[in-house]
Amino acid sequence: MKGYDYYKPDTIEEAMKMMSTLDGAEYIAGGTDVMVLIKKKALSPQNLISLRNISELSYIDTDNGLRIGSGVTHSRISESDFIKRHYSALFDAVSNIGSVQVRNVGTVGGNICNAAPSADTLCPFLVFDAVVLIAGQKGEYQLAIDDFLLGPNRVALAKGEIVKGINLPALGANSGSAYIKHTRRKAMELPIVGIAARIDIDAKGHPNDWKEAFRRIDDISDMLRLLEKERFVCNDARIAMGVVAPRPIRAKKAESALQGKVISEGLLDEIGRIAASESQPRDTLRGEAWYRREMVHVLTKRAVLMALERMIHADSSNNPKTS
Amino acid sequence: MKREIAFTLNNEEIAVEVEPNWTLLYLLREVLEMTGAKEGCGVGECGACTVIVDGNAISSCLYPVMEVEGKNVTTIEGLSKEDGTLHPLQQSFIENNGVQCGYCTSGMIMSAKALLDKNPDPTENDIRVSIAGNICRCTGYVQIVESIRKAAEKMKNT
Ligand SMILES: Cc1cc2nc3c(=O)[nH]c(=O)nc-3n(C[C@H](O)[C@H](O)[C@H](O)COP(=O)(O)OP(=O)(O)OC[C@H]3O[C@@H](n4cnc5c(N)ncnc54)[C@H](O)[C@@H]3O)c2cc1C
Ligand code: FES
Ligand code: FES
Repeated sequence: MKGYDYYKPDTIEEAMKMMSTLDGAEYIAGGTDVMVLIKKKALSPQNLISLRNISELSYIDTDNGLRIGSGVTHSRISESDFIKRHYSALFDAVSNIGSVQVRNVGTVGGNICNAAPSADTLCPFLVFDAVVLIAGQKGEYQLAIDDFLLGPNRVALAKGEIVKGINLPALGANSGSAYIKHTRRKAMELPIVGIAARIDIDAKGHPNDWKEAFRRIDDISDMLRLLEKERFVCNDARIAMGVVAPRPIRAKKAESALQGKVISEGLLDEIGRIAASESQPRDTLRGEAWYRREMVHVLTKRAVLMALERMIHADSSNNPKTS
Repeated sequence: MKREIAFTLNNEEIAVEVEPNWTLLYLLREVLEMTGAKEGCGVGECGACTVIVDGNAISSCLYPVMEVEGKNVTTIEGLSKEDGTLHPLQQSFIENNGVQCGYCTSGMIMSAKALLDKNPDPTENDIRVSIAGNICRCTGYVQIVESIRKAAEKMKNT
């Protein structure tokens, strides 16, 4: 094994200074991507600068939206009841990354900076309009996640810059979200397709306790029929698709087809079809393009349904239902 | 360029000289000659190298040795008592045929221990999630899940 030296700075400033003075240096957080690349000889750094001991990267702050430090592990996020209930799509994503062993050390910062086309947190961050907080040479600045992602394993970070955290805006009063990772086995798999959806409902003109009637409904088709009958309108929607393009992308036409419309089964089917037409999957060993496109259609509809269900059950203790 | 690091290994404070590019697994197996943790894949996929660091199951093949400084590491060698009495998980794997060739066993037991330390009363699904990162090519997993479930019961009642 070719040698490298290993540094453990305590602050962002110190880490950035090391990066500017050490030759052939790379940042390492949990190392679940970096160490694999080193072992596979795809990366041979002379120096590793560890971000693990920088305490200013390990916060979870939940007032008025959600702010997560880049060094927070997937396990820590999945243990947050607040995130599970309110930012359910992110909970779905992190609780199914790799294995317990991977989640215990792998970080959100590493996931978005490595930016694999299959990286599970990216679709949820796209649907929550996440903003990436970056420490650069000239101080801190912010970049929308959509602008941060450039392509497969490529992000808009200049040499030496550090992602400090990810900020997610506050959600509307009637909001729900979901992420579906489509895989062949239940664990230790990258998605064949990943779909995230967030939907906000306009409840103006409906009684305050309008959710009560819906909570008594078990059948999802009945729920949709009642939403249509009572003319509930979609206020705002986001749909993001992973592994169907060089980087995770939003299905913007599908989103605008939902916007301002009365929710109905027919509409959701239409949305799935539009999202599929916006995807650009390729044939790969893990799935052929036609199959991926089919799955985008089916899973987009399903993800929006799950998001609606969670919106209705937002305050109940077993929300979100997980399978 | 060797560096000295100090940490707690199976309840004993130790100080060792390491190369900064070693993994924790390399230190355990090749230097300390503790061969309980196995190297299967070397890239985080199989779980054979699982040990517990500060209460969490981790893959020691991906864990930079320099991060162990000041931490508390438990390996399979640290589970039995000084008089040789096995940990209830170890005993249960023997009694319930959770072991066949044995290659996955130390990793399985460490994953299970990390689970039971946090959650003494796991559901079958909790157990399955806890070992989802541990591959076994022999048993078909049923006896392993059973071994963990029975160990959990025994530990609760003592
Ligand atoms: C067995 C296994 C299974 C996996 N399964 C999945 C899965 O199901 N889904 C999935 O999405 N991923 C999966 N991964 C990939 C990996 O675990 C995740 O991408 C993880 O989130 C990476 O985080 P990390 O902290 O380990 O990153 P590291 O490996 O430490 O870093 C990754 C990259 O990001 C850079 N970096 C890290 N933090 C920062 C920062 N704050 N600022 C600037 N640059 C930074 C590093 O320099 C490096 O280039 C798996 C990996 C393994 C080994
Ligand atoms: S050897 Fe570490 S996970 Fe396979
Ligand atoms: S007992 Fe042989 S690999 Fe599990």
